[in-house]
Amino acid sequence: MSSPASGQVAELAAALAATASRPWTVMEVCGGQTHAILRWGLDQLLPPGLRLIHGPGCPVCVTPAERIDAALELAARSGVILCSYGDMLRVPGSTMGTDLLGARASGGDVRLLTSPLQAIALARGAPACQVVFLAVGFETTAPATALLLRQARQLGLANLSVLLAHVRVAPAMEALLLDPATQVQGFLAAGHVAAVMGSAELRELVARQRVPVVVTGFEPADVMAGLLQLVQLLEAGTPALANAYGRVVRERGNGAAQALLREVFVVEDRPWRGLGTIAAGGFGLAPAYRGFDAIERFGLAPTQDGRPRPNTPCISGPILQGRAIPPDCPAFGSACTPEQPLGAPMVSSEGACAAYHRYRRQSP
Amino acid sequence: MGDRIQLAHGGGGTLMQQLIHQELRALYADPAQVLHDAARLELPHGPLAFSTDGYVVQPLEFPGGDIGSLAVTGTANDLAMAGARPLHLSVGLILEEGLPLELLRRLVASMAMAARGCGLTIVTGDTKVVERGKADGVFLTTSGIGVVEAPGPIDPTAIRPGDQLLVSGDLGRHGVAILAARHGLALQPPVLSDCAPLWPQVSALLEAGVRIHCLRDLTRGGLASALQELAEAAEVELAIEEGRLPVLEPVARSCALLGFEPLHLANEGRFVVAVPPQARDQAQALLAASGGAWIGSVRPATGAGARVLLTTALGTERLLVPLSGELLPRIC
Repeated sequence: MSSPASGQVAELAAALAATASRPWTVMEVCGGQTHAILRWGLDQLLPPGLRLIHGPGCPVCVTPAERIDAALELAARSGVILCSYGDMLRVPGSTMGTDLLGARASGGDVRLLTSPLQAIALARGAPACQVVFLAVGFETTAPATALLLRQARQLGLANLSVLLAHVRVAPAMEALLLDPATQVQGFLAAGHVAAVMGSAELRELVARQRVPVVVTGFEPADVMAGLLQLVQLLEAGTPALANAYGRVVRERGNGAAQALLREVFVVEDRPWRGLGTIAAGGFGLAPAYRGFDAIERFGLAPTQDGRPRPNTPCISGPILQGRAIPPDCPAFGSACTPEQPLGAPMVSSEGACAAYHRYRRQSP
Repeated sequence: MGDRIQLAHGGGGTLMQQLIHQELRALYADPAQVLHDAARLELPHGPLAFSTDGYVVQPLEFPGGDIGSLAVTGTANDLAMAGARPLHLSVGLILEEGLPLELLRRLVASMAMAARGCGLTIVTGDTKVVERGKADGVFLTTSGIGVVEAPGPIDPTAIRPGDQLLVSGDLGRHGVAILAARHGLALQPPVLSDCAPLWPQVSALLEAGVRIHCLRDLTRGGLASALQELAEAAEVELAIEEGRLPVLEPVARSCALLGFEPLHLANEGRFVVAVPPQARDQAQALLAASGGAWIGSVRPATGAGARVLLTTALGTERLLVPLSGELLPRIC
């Protein structure tokens, strides 16, 4: 199996133990990092006082249930081809037990895409059908949706639209800090978002909120190196931004991707599933692209505030806010499993519940 | 006879005779047997193993194999997992109207070659044609007979604490080959399916006198599912060393990209074997030639029940659990 640089990880773990003089609570924002931490058992290598809480950085998890409901409604219509990324197909809507795979089994035309641009070929190949792309994800996947829309506009494709659920990470990090109950003292930020957006947004966040943020990647050594830098900043009392992922993340990010985002989207307040509406928390369509909005084209109900329904035992809200861990949930592993998920964090490979269920069900 | 399968090819008339005699003849080691309703077999003495399996893979052809080689090798491998030398196979073909004849010819040639590679003969068969849209190109069912050459029972309940676990080769390649073909991922260099007969490796172990407690081929669900099934059937805990698992770099990289666990990916030419502790080194030497490796050992179950624990390359521990649901590529 590919080597996770075990020597380097052991050295970083020793350095962390030598650096941490008191307890610290930090959040890894990205689900990819949560997954790596549990996958590699990195929490078993940390000094006892260093507590990790798992952030909301799972794009599938934070997509509002109403968006899934809208997708389900469209998938049930004849003449509609509903397409999205693989792990969106198993996310339950607001009614328990409904998902896009189920819609497909009931006769809906639901397609799995690995790139949004595949929707162009779908739309051209089925001119009598309406192709709807359920567009989810952070600043990592939003540029690909933007590229799809730019091309669709150039081609004048009238039978393509998007159900937009792209969200912005930095405003959500700030919203978590503004919660008076927050325990987060520092962040590990997601390297792939920073690779697109650069450092500016995070620098502003650090300046406003006075918390240290370290950008890092997803390999075990990246996570450990990020934690070491974060603890060093905390111990020194320095609320600064550091980059532990220099091999990927540049100060200015990806200019071409940012230009695409600016052309196709506008920043809007958006609901995050489990977190509620976050100011400037996502993207809407720029005026020139409004015609591609599936909500308007099909006359669907707009999205609500993203808060979970009170009638479900799922505690995905507190989990996505880092106020609870999956084993705290009464449904975890019993009423809620990857086969019968009650909430999105049990579905996605980046969801905290799925990661705990997969690697930690009976703790070793 | 045209260049596509028509409904009449399954209708029992002259077109069907043409299909059988011109196109399917290559399947049979002894073409005379085609004309009979049943094959007459001379079998060696000893217990027999008998197995059947259906094959519905898409795409029909993929890097390193096709549904034909899979259908022959898969059933032969099920026999090998019972410690049996594969001898004879039947093939049931369900063809979809409109199937290109050229594709059928390639699949038939591939089945014949796989049969030779497995050392078995295809002795009887059946062909049906269904309307367009009622099948996915080709469905195949194969049933096989083999003679058991293992001296003792090969069964999960024969697994004992202290037993040693080995795999017969690198893991996950078939799964990556299929997923890449299905999702249009152009991997450079391409990852080829590991589809291959298992009997030669099993036979080598048996001939060397290695006492085999259990064999399990790693098909859908991969090593993770096979190990969990063995742990539950034997009511033991399996301790696996992640650093020992043979996963080739291109497979590991593709999995990292798509969000898959290599140990959940299908194989079609790999098995896991449990042997008593004293047989470990010998088994390892025999399997190493084909990329096999020792991967862990069997412990008594604890209060946590039958489970598979993985010691990561970092020295930490986690569960290894079976695949849940369908393998779906992740978003980012």
